[in-house]
Amino acid sequence: MSTQTTSRPAATGPAEPADPATARFELVREGARQDGVEIVHYEPRFPVPGTRAERRVERTIAFFFLLTALAATAFLAVFIWWPWQYESGSNLSKLYTPLLGLTLGITLAGLGIGVVIWGKKLLPHEVAVEKRHIGSSSPQDRLTTAASLVNAATETGIGRRPLLRRTLALSLLPVGGVAVAPLVGGLIQDPHRDGMLMHTGWDPKKNGDRKVRLVREDMTPIRPEDISVGGQITVFPGIPEGRTNKYADSPTLLIHLREPDAARARANTGRIPINKDAMYGNFVAYSKICTHAGCPASLYEQQTNRLLCPCHQSQFDILDNAKPIFGPATRRLPMLPIELDSEGFFVARSDYPIPVGPGFWERS
Amino acid sequence: MSTNAAIRNPRRPDLRALPAKTVGELDDRLHSAGPLRSLMNKVFPDHWSFLLGEVALWSFIVLLLTGTFLTFFFDPSMEEVTYNGSYAPLKGMAMSRAYESSLELSFNVRGGLIMRQMHHWAALLFMAGIVLHMLRTFLTGAFRKPRELNWMIGIMLFWLAFLEGFAGYSLPDDALSGTGLRIANAIILSVPVVGSWASSSLFGGEFPGMLIIPRMYIAHVLLIPAILVALVSAHMALLLLQKHTQWPGPGRTNTNVVGERMVPRYAAKMGGFFMLVFALIAVMGGLLQINPIWLFGPYEAAVVSAASQPDWYVMFLDGSTRLFPAWEIRAFGYTLPALFWPTVVLPGVLTILPMLYPFLEARFTKDKQSHHLLQRPRDVPARTALGAMAVTFYIVLLLSGGNDVIADKFQISLNAMTWAGRIGLLLLPPLAYWAAYRICLGLQQHDREVLVHGVETGIIKRLPDGRFVEVHQPLAAADDHGHGELEYAGWTVPKKMNRLGALAPTVRGFFFPIEKPAPRPALSRPAEAPVSPAVTPARQEIESGRR
Repeated sequence: MSTQTTSRPAATGPAEPADPATARFELVREGARQDGVEIVHYEPRFPVPGTRAERRVERTIAFFFLLTALAATAFLAVFIWWPWQYESGSNLSKLYTPLLGLTLGITLAGLGIGVVIWGKKLLPHEVAVEKRHIGSSSPQDRLTTAASLVNAATETGIGRRPLLRRTLALSLLPVGGVAVAPLVGGLIQDPHRDGMLMHTGWDPKKNGDRKVRLVREDMTPIRPEDISVGGQITVFPGIPEGRTNKYADSPTLLIHLREPDAARARANTGRIPINKDAMYGNFVAYSKICTHAGCPASLYEQQTNRLLCPCHQSQFDILDNAKPIFGPATRRLPMLPIELDSEGFFVARSDYPIPVGPGFWERS
Repeated sequence: MSTNAAIRNPRRPDLRALPAKTVGELDDRLHSAGPLRSLMNKVFPDHWSFLLGEVALWSFIVLLLTGTFLTFFFDPSMEEVTYNGSYAPLKGMAMSRAYESSLELSFNVRGGLIMRQMHHWAALLFMAGIVLHMLRTFLTGAFRKPRELNWMIGIMLFWLAFLEGFAGYSLPDDALSGTGLRIANAIILSVPVVGSWASSSLFGGEFPGMLIIPRMYIAHVLLIPAILVALVSAHMALLLLQKHTQWPGPGRTNTNVVGERMVPRYAAKMGGFFMLVFALIAVMGGLLQINPIWLFGPYEAAVVSAASQPDWYVMFLDGSTRLFPAWEIRAFGYTLPALFWPTVVLPGVLTILPMLYPFLEARFTKDKQSHHLLQRPRDVPARTALGAMAVTFYIVLLLSGGNDVIADKFQISLNAMTWAGRIGLLLLPPLAYWAAYRICLGLQQHDREVLVHGVETGIIKRLPDGRFVEVHQPLAAADDHGHGELEYAGWTVPKKMNRLGALAPTVRGFFFPIEKPAPRPALSRPAEAPVSPAVTPARQEIESGRR
């Protein structure tokens, strides 16, 4: 270190002033100049040390640092000793997270406020002006760099060696594919495999070619008398894992319409070939998966016979083939054709006749 | 540097010389003294609006810290388990391991809940910081040449942070986030030609499948953060290279930066500010509940609750989805779903248009110069009005993202809310453009007026013929009519007398004065607004009124 100090060129500035602090600041100013920064104004906040005003600022900062010390200790105490394991009911453990947040917040805020006041009130105020190099590089830099680039390109002879140029281009084309293929190729899945976009859990093929029962959440089958008039229930395909997310497009809403409503619904279903005979008695079953974005369109307004999707507020008319009557949805909710099996439980006569859920390109 | 002690006993290390020696040894190897000094001497111009980007930066650091903690406990697995933890209402329910581990993190990890909540709040603050920083960059013209590249990086950061937030929000696999993921799937499906392929490839088959949570996890904790860190670094590096913009003002030109050097004062303020942002996030994470996943239950395809809202920064796209009319195109056996326009095309436009904006503006204004001085929004009415238009468009979409809640709380018809949003989206932005433009012109005019006529003193003078006139304080030497000839300098024009230092300085001290009031100037009258000689006689009457 000592040798380095002596070998370093002496700072250009006033030679050895009496005050070492002044000498050091001259060094600072000189260093700044070398970085293109001119300190034009430098003003200590308290030129005379130890005034009342300065001590008051010091006390303020010290107060915030002490606050931090206290809050940090409190944080640790709470973190270690406060009952933190979740227990139901109203108890002390409910205060664990709020107390941690409060103490941690005060800890950090005390530190932050203290440091900011220190900076703003105690550190010297200065105005420094830094030169800005506006515009492009120097013409010389531009010229020499361009020459180097052009020279490099010319040396390769890419311009006058068409054979190399063309074979390189030819070889690079598939190389791009080689870079991408292994990364992406493994991910690609055919969306038309097993008809995953077109079929749901109601497909009898999923049930050994037997018609699939409509079951409740607890997998119990449903009889017509289980649903009161005007009532509705979410049903799932009665197959293994039928109510799990493996069959996320299968949840269906089974609705028991009132007599006059049912008559209207029946008349309307008759107009649409695929929905003809899909009702059983006064019961209708519509896909619960919104044809807009796939949310469950599950808010059933009994009075108006509308289904509302809570995600984007599409509304469907239950009495008219679940036609979209408001909001962004464009297509009807598909209707599940239902009947009773020999034991008197609801079954789906077939899968949904059309794909369920949001639209996609290949969907005609 | 060697002290006497070292000379006396060479084997005994001289502790006092150790720091200097270490630094010297380091410099021998790294040659870093020059660059370090240069960094410390970097000059920062100061203005409150420059803090907004810092909010984003500090939130990002808190995100990295809290997020790392969360990875120690979160298990991104879709394996089905039966909950048997300490939260009684969910006991015995089938759920994914991801959801179970999120519950454990909230209930059975010491300090886990506050970390989760801090992470979530920090994410919201991160996005808020980005958006506000972007607005100030736009409205003050900081994006102009030579900073177009940094502006584009900023927009990429916004969308990456958006994706990162959405991925993180989807990880717990609760009912709310699962619904969000389902909508994301519908959005992917809506893309023409490749939609269904992209969806099945991303989800590894049919929605939801077993792969999406682990895939989103690695995207959320490694892939996207790595790109974010790289882009943030590039953002900072370009800032260092091109230096800050600054507001116009005394001594500030296009070829300098006026402010204070980074060390020590600016660094202290910055460090303190980091602590304050951190403190805010800690208090919010502790006291304000966010995303209580245990109330939502595990994701089931058939379950949704009303008022399902995404995080605020996603809400504008939810709003656009709600407002877009049911326009599905079906032709030649193919379908183009309505969902495609508000969720794929709109974000695309919102990426490309702002990215091109610096170049479009330069083209329309024929301004190819480099600019390092900021512009006050009022001085560029067209740009400010465009900004107001964009903000209005955004706010209509944001509110529409919660239009069901608004309809519910204010007893408005939901359909009326949707229609209000549709009409508002078309009508309000042009209106906002017009209003902002007029306001800008009005403010400009007032600036010029003050420069010519001076500051209103609040003093009313009665002339001998009975007329009343208001006395103005000219800002510079005035002619016989009290008119000055000051050029507008692109910076605040003082409009109140105390901005001119006309009033006596306040006495410092909150409860009691901590300094003696400055001695009043030895005038026959008490200190008061030093109005120009032309209006001096007016004072007499006012003082007599006070006494």
